[in-house]
Amino acid sequence: MLSAIIAFTALAAVFGLILGFAAIRFRVEGDPLVNKIDALLPQTQCGQCGYPGCRPYATAIASGEADINQCPPGGEAGIIALADLLGRDPKPLNAKHGTLKPKMVAVIDEPLCIGCTLCIQACPVDAILGAAKQMHTVIEQECTGCELCVAPCPVDCIRMEPVQHDIKTWKWQTPLEAAGGHA
Amino acid sequence: MSGKLRRFPGGLHLDGHKTESTQCAVQRARLPRRLILPLHQHIGAEAKSVVMAGERVLKGQMIARAEGYVSAPVHAPSSGTVVEIGDRPVPHPSGLSAPCIVIETDGTEQWCERHPVQDYITQDPSHLRNLIREAGIVGLGGAGFPSFIKLNPLGKTVDTLILNAAECEPYITCDDMLMRERAAEIIHGIQIMRHALHAAHCIIGIEDNKPEARAALVRALQELHIDGIQVTQVPTRYPAGGEKQLIHVLTGKEVPSNGLPVHIGIVCHNVATAAAIYRAVQHGEPLISRYVTVTGSGVPEPRNLEVLFGTPMAELLEQCGADPASVERLVMGGPMMGFGVHMPGVPVVKTTNCLLADRHLPAAPAAMPCIRCGACAEACPANLLPQQLYWHAHAGEFDKAQNYNLFDCIECGCCAAVCPSHIPLVQYYRYAKGEIWTREREKQKADVARERHEFRLARLAQDKAEREARHAQKKAELAGKTAPHETTSH
Ligand code: SF4
Ligand code: SF4
Ligand code: SF4
Repeated sequence: MLSAIIAFTALAAVFGLILGFAAIRFRVEGDPLVNKIDALLPQTQCGQCGYPGCRPYATAIASGEADINQCPPGGEAGIIALADLLGRDPKPLNAKHGTLKPKMVAVIDEPLCIGCTLCIQACPVDAILGAAKQMHTVIEQECTGCELCVAPCPVDCIRMEPVQHDIKTWKWQTPLEAAGGHA
Repeated sequence: MSGKLRRFPGGLHLDGHKTESTQCAVQRARLPRRLILPLHQHIGAEAKSVVMAGERVLKGQMIARAEGYVSAPVHAPSSGTVVEIGDRPVPHPSGLSAPCIVIETDGTEQWCERHPVQDYITQDPSHLRNLIREAGIVGLGGAGFPSFIKLNPLGKTVDTLILNAAECEPYITCDDMLMRERAAEIIHGIQIMRHALHAAHCIIGIEDNKPEARAALVRALQELHIDGIQVTQVPTRYPAGGEKQLIHVLTGKEVPSNGLPVHIGIVCHNVATAAAIYRAVQHGEPLISRYVTVTGSGVPEPRNLEVLFGTPMAELLEQCGADPASVERLVMGGPMMGFGVHMPGVPVVKTTNCLLADRHLPAAPAAMPCIRCGACAEACPANLLPQQLYWHAHAGEFDKAQNYNLFDCIECGCCAAVCPSHIPLVQYYRYAKGEIWTREREKQKADVARERHEFRLARLAQDKAEREARHAQKKAELAGKTAPHETTSH
């Protein structure tokens, strides 16, 4: 029994080391311009820009391959920030890639979940917890709202819900919004 | 130390409306059947409940502990039974609910064990700070910042301790009444503060519209034979009680932008906080009640009440002869800096200094375009350019608003009060500050997401490398198995 525990602890330590090392080893140091662009992207990792994540999109912007208006979650503010950084004119979001939506979070209807792990494989930030044939659940804090887990679910038990405001995330509206209009 | 007084820029002479609520002595508010205690009544992290539903609690017992350094515990204001821990509407401009502990009172007011410290002067300041922290004391003048933090000189020399007794906002009189009725407690509390801070000088700054309160303080100082505390009257002009404004008036010093008073050797506390510290140290009583002014056109008998935290505001209105249903607008705080409360059932919390209930509200005049008259800049006590802040907030150019020192704005409302175009300027500043904070939060969240994503990519690459290594090994093993045959065949 004890030896088993020791063996597992040792294994865990070794894997920890490997992962830690991998994280350092694979950390994309690279181009400072790409880093600067990446710092402005929302890190939703949703792929709507046409690239498999924010960093590839940043690389494509830096190389001139992609335009600055392809990221829906970044919205207008994101485009303006990119335009400022790159000294270009802002332009409206390219609707081909989608529209800015309110912040969402994935919710798994747990009784329906069959534990197939497909959503875990789809989640770009490891925000879903679960094991084979076990019920899965989303770590709300870490979910970026990318929606990538929704389509793979064979029993359609994942839905996106708007992020609820609580006292800590609530913010004052502009007087225009408060008066019922929309700014 | 008796220097001449300076003048802060801008400011307004406002109708005080203070006499309405200072006509009768402070009464104790009736003990409500249920007390609703939000876990977050201060600046900093929400307190964490340490009781369970069904548990009996005693008056003064800690029911939620401080979580982290900048936080404050919550105590049971009366004895009874915890009946619920869950989200309840709280006094907050959002009108949203937040976690609360609900206590059904038993009417016996049975205290928990208290540990008074008589000889505070022999105590180590850090021990006193700890007592004050454990007693849940936060700044009672406004924002509710945990007081023990501002009693730590952090290696700096504190030249002057300033007690804010200005109470400059119209209608609010709770500090005034506290000084009239409990001057000695305030002075004792100040002595504890001086000891904790090793402050060389001490000034109580009080607006000159409170002669009775001033006289009470001076009398208490004489009776207690205490030297080194100076009571200084400052001209009544809103917002003389703003921290930076009061410091400037009393000492001529300017707190730097983005700086704290302690950076220039000054610490500022509210007088009510001093009284609370006295009760905590010398009576072992945590912060469970405060004076609250109940006033406004919708209140037939305006006055001050001593209120247990958690008491629903509606019950205070009733005790002052008002029908909560006929109140058109209920504001927590004063007319300049308070905020509208959406339902009268929400509880009084540590930062509730005043309930302003109005029956008939004149319709707010419609906002017109800014004519760049500059009246707002003249009125601003923080030396800001309100119209610039407004332009940039309105246009969503938050970094530019920040360059115009948006975060030095104390939201006093002077600019909006004088604006001939009736632009709700302060609302724009609150909006801009909120957007900046939200973006900061989102940026932090994005940084976490980036890290998690990179980690995942690294893990997938590692898995792949391992799989390939296993394949290679299998291949080698297969090759190895065939190889011996070859050697033996020779
Ligand atoms: S569209 Fe999605 S993946 Fe692409 S940059 Fe924006 S958040 Fe990142
Ligand atoms: S007072 Fe009003 S109208 Fe005049 S400059 Fe300021 S914001 Fe504009
Ligand atoms: S609300 Fe802000 S900008 Fe307006 S007068 Fe007060 S400090 Fe100045």
